[in-house]
Amino acid sequence: MQTTLDTLKPGDEATVIELRGEPETTGRLMEMGLVAGTPVTLLKFAPLGDPLEITARGYHLSLRRQEAAGILVELRTTD
Amino acid sequence: MATQIRNPQSAIRNPVVAPRRIALMGNPNAGKTTLFNALTGMRQKVGNYPGVTVEKKEGRLRLAGEVDASLLDLPGTYSLSPKSPDEEIARDVLLGLREDTPPPDAVLVVVDASNLERNLYLTTQVLELGIPTVVALNMTDVARANGKTVDVENLSRALGVPVVETVAVRGAGLDELRAALSGSLAPARPPALRLPENVEAARSAIAEALEPSPDEAEHEEAAVSGVATLSAATPGAATSGARGVALRLLCGGAPDEALRRVFGPLVAEALEAARADGLTPIALAATEAQARYAMLGPVMARVVAPVAAPSAKPDATGTSQSKPARTFSDRADAILTHKAWGLAIFALITLLVFKAIFSWASVPMALIEGAQTWLGDQVMARMADGPLRDLLVQGVIAGVGAVLIFLPQILVLFFFIGLLEDSGYMARAAFLMDRMMGKVGLHGRAFIPLMSSFACSIPGIMATRTISSRRDRMTTILIAPLMSCSARLPVYWLMILTFIPNQRLWGVSLGERFFIGLSLHEVVVFSMYVLGVVAAMGMAWLFKKTLFKGPPPPLMLELPPYKVPAWRNVLVTMWERASQFLKRAGTIILAISIVLWFLLSYPKVDAASLKGPDISPAAGIRPGPGHAPPIAEEPSNEEAAEEAASSDAASAREEALAAAQMRDSFGGRIGRVIEPLIAPLGFNWKIGIGLIGAMSAREVFVSTMGNVYAVGDADETSSPLKTAMQRDRWPDGRPVWTPLVAVSLLVYFVLAMQCISTLAVVKRETNSWKWPLFMQVYMTALAWLAAFAVYQGGRLLGWG
Repeated sequence: MQTTLDTLKPGDEATVIELRGEPETTGRLMEMGLVAGTPVTLLKFAPLGDPLEITARGYHLSLRRQEAAGILVELRTTD
Repeated sequence: MATQIRNPQSAIRNPVVAPRRIALMGNPNAGKTTLFNALTGMRQKVGNYPGVTVEKKEGRLRLAGEVDASLLDLPGTYSLSPKSPDEEIARDVLLGLREDTPPPDAVLVVVDASNLERNLYLTTQVLELGIPTVVALNMTDVARANGKTVDVENLSRALGVPVVETVAVRGAGLDELRAALSGSLAPARPPALRLPENVEAARSAIAEALEPSPDEAEHEEAAVSGVATLSAATPGAATSGARGVALRLLCGGAPDEALRRVFGPLVAEALEAARADGLTPIALAATEAQARYAMLGPVMARVVAPVAAPSAKPDATGTSQSKPARTFSDRADAILTHKAWGLAIFALITLLVFKAIFSWASVPMALIEGAQTWLGDQVMARMADGPLRDLLVQGVIAGVGAVLIFLPQILVLFFFIGLLEDSGYMARAAFLMDRMMGKVGLHGRAFIPLMSSFACSIPGIMATRTISSRRDRMTTILIAPLMSCSARLPVYWLMILTFIPNQRLWGVSLGERFFIGLSLHEVVVFSMYVLGVVAAMGMAWLFKKTLFKGPPPPLMLELPPYKVPAWRNVLVTMWERASQFLKRAGTIILAISIVLWFLLSYPKVDAASLKGPDISPAAGIRPGPGHAPPIAEEPSNEEAAEEAASSDAASAREEALAAAQMRDSFGGRIGRVIEPLIAPLGFNWKIGIGLIGAMSAREVFVSTMGNVYAVGDADETSSPLKTAMQRDRWPDGRPVWTPLVAVSLLVYFVLAMQCISTLAVVKRETNSWKWPLFMQVYMTALAWLAAFAVYQGGRLLGWG
């Protein structure tokens, strides 16, 4: 199922399909490893609801919902 | 043409035997600072790159054979396609684009083994430049704890450079690193990056302009297409170095002027042609990222072996059984960023830091004040009266005291910041607070500097360096002084104790002495703090809408694994910040303190005209910010102030003389000249002098008022001063001081910029006088307007 990163629930695993938004931001996100095909896991949302924490390529990264909304992912259903 | 090339290629042709200039590179959180400190010890020099606010840190590194090399700590970055001034510096130094910093002849790249793939992104970018490189594979212990091992030999073979395993925190691998850097270093042979054909063609064209060979220059057209098809397999290290540089020029907007100066017009033209074809840095960032991660995939497969399960992805939820056990960091984060616990712990840590700056630092501050007084007394006792003695005591000693008094707070704050930063908690603090700060367009990292500013905005402003976006950092710096610092408290108390009735508003009395609840005094003080915060948030919002307009910079905050902080890093941080403050800001503060002393002490009044023995106006002003609980030095004068003039007591004459001195001094004259400006706020010229005295530091207002009202040295609890103030009248007989004027003055003090030390630090942090000047102007305007609204509004409502 295709969706955006900000709509995932904690624990959901997904694969990056495409990055949209401010080119400066998407460029840096890709340099940090979020290129198409990269598996990501949503870990949690901050206590105040924003930002969120993901893990990709073995490290933890925090993004605001707004940036995460530009990351199109394929949700991999985990049993 | 070739002579114009002053870039790393020169190093390619002659492999250096003993590098003299080594640059240290690495991702943020890879342990770069720890390694730098471990390799150089305290032999570090910190400065600024000219023209920018980026810090330049250099140290001496002892290589084999007693040879010293310089190690330049370049700003941490994820990529050589810069997105911030810091990252631009890293790229520009490597490419030799900066006139003030020659390019290094070797690079030491620190790589976090627990986060290898993303670290290799930057590493391979560096290797492609053709500069001899050594890789320090750091944090292999963390990688192992996460269930991954890195094959060092295989990694060295894959990258074509020496790789040395280090655990920088424990000092492991340092000797091997020194040995590797001491040997002769060949250029690296990184794996080939496969780019789309059009990019490859443009890159080759630029590379040739960088390093034209006679053949290629003759058949340029043919060579371009030839190289393009052979892209990945181009032999020869020299050419690949030029191609690496060419890619960096394509991907990052280096200034045209520097390009032409360093690489020559042909390169600039080739680059312009590529841009015209749509190969902009923005478009290329995505292309390069795709290509580079595709290249790194096979490398990772060869060098990283899982210790436990095949999938090495950490999973904080711990739901899936196939995953390795949760790491220590995951377990810590389950509590530290927990919905309830996380915020509670954060509040506790914040309170602890605040408490430490506010109260613990007051002990050494009282010592510094005591030492200053003692030293002044010694000079007073030993030197003949005269202008030189006054200059020494009230100018120099008081000025030096005014500088040193900030050291305890700076050291205490940076002790905590060092701990929080080095342990990895600081990133979590930003994670927790980002939503709140984001409401006014600030970054989560702005919280700690702003909170620290409640104690003193000087360490607070110095702490904004953790904010990478310039717009965010500047906004944070500009609003930090609106937080009510501890220097305002004496003024708040003087006004409140003198003019605000201490009504109990709400609560219960337990007998005569004990009262639990809220008094009007407490509410007023609290309101001043709230007013400062509201003003700061409002101004932040306004600045982000006007001066620093633009899309909010993305958060993109890495949450590094927690670790035990390295004491050396904490101490080095404290030492650096303290010495920078003394060197850069201290000198300015001292100079302005002396100027202010002069303004309030000259021209001298003729003592004889006041009918009395010749007594020097020893009280003067003491521009020493006394944030510490004020130390009573004078025997308290029990006589009411208006009786002072008629009294026979020598001290009374002394005070009268001091008052006359203050009134007729340059500062006093300015005070009278500005009276029309401040009268709409309800202030008379005496208050005007107080405001001028408060320019050196806010709490000096209290002692200046003591002198103006001829009651000698005063603090906020001294009753003669209160009486004198309450009896002051305008020429038409109205009392000067009313509760409304007191509130107007309080509001003015909350919002006004009255601290030369803060201005000096802003100058140091922004590298320009423009911003301290702007800060002074906007805060004075804000304070004036608010006090005007309070006073005139109050009078309209009949409270005057």
